[in-house]
Amino acid sequence: MSLESMLVIAAVLFCIGLYGALARKNFIAVLMSIELMFNGVNLTLVAMGRWVAPYAVQETLSAVLTGQVFAVFIITVAAAEIALGLGIVFAMFRTNESVDLTDAAAMRH
Amino acid sequence: MWFEQVVFWALAVVAIGGAVGVVMVRDLFRAALLLATVFVAVGGFYVMMNAEFLAVVQILIYVGAIAVLFIFGVMLTRDVRQGNTPNRLQIPAALVSVLLLAAMLFTAVTTDWTTLAGLGLESQSQIAQTQAVGIPDASSLAASGLSAQEVESIAGGGLADLLIGEFVLPFEAVSLLLLAAAIGGLALARGRGR
Repeated sequence: MSLESMLVIAAVLFCIGLYGALARKNFIAVLMSIELMFNGVNLTLVAMGRWVAPYAVQETLSAVLTGQVFAVFIITVAAAEIALGLGIVFAMFRTNESVDLTDAAAMRH
Repeated sequence: MWFEQVVFWALAVVAIGGAVGVVMVRDLFRAALLLATVFVAVGGFYVMMNAEFLAVVQILIYVGAIAVLFIFGVMLTRDVRQGNTPNRLQIPAALVSVLLLAAMLFTAVTTDWTTLAGLGLESQSQIAQTQAVGIPDASSLAASGLSAQEVESIAGGGLADLLIGEFVLPFEAVSLLLLAAAIGGLALARGRGR
């Protein structure tokens, strides 16, 4: 287990999520893929804080934990995004009777 | 250290296999369950990287809240039988993802991370010193030559100190964002005229 192996896993997670977000029809599947991308980014941040930041700090060690603080904020934003995203899913399902994104080209009722 | 290797590879297989499953499985309910396993595996990675607080947050928020919300979303919309079908952009999307993956893998493997990070340090001894510190735990911090106050602030709840101290403005902004998202989600899901 090293920085490189962690970065590789994070990159693979991110790219699988990117493919899913671009190539799926179902709104909920796209939201799930976006969550995968968030997880890849978080893994990268924590890995950088674990292996790179300890070398870079000089006067204060608070920089070591900055990656984890960023990860906490990203998790919070992801939770907010899912709350809003599922709200949009339900609104769309009520007006369109489907959650197919190819039917969602118009933003009116 | 072979045990760490075994755990690492097991988590890697679960995370990547689960992620492929989330994107490829046709049944959306199974995709949501696979997503929860991916979240648990990522939490395991956090534990291995000495980020225990983040691991707990990962399990509580991702597995406990977000995965359950997804399962509710799948069950409340009736498109479950139609499933997780691809759209017309499948080939361009795969192309873009593979190209981006190749670029990121190339960067991750060929960059010399230690010298890049060591540029800011003046001497090898300083590098050795910070290397000895690694990620904060009390015993290694005591040997690092930092002031007692700094050791205290890092070893005891360093993350909380950072959240309430240095990052208090983004912390408050995020709380406002959560409030706005909760109200917006309620307003959207409730619909008009009710």
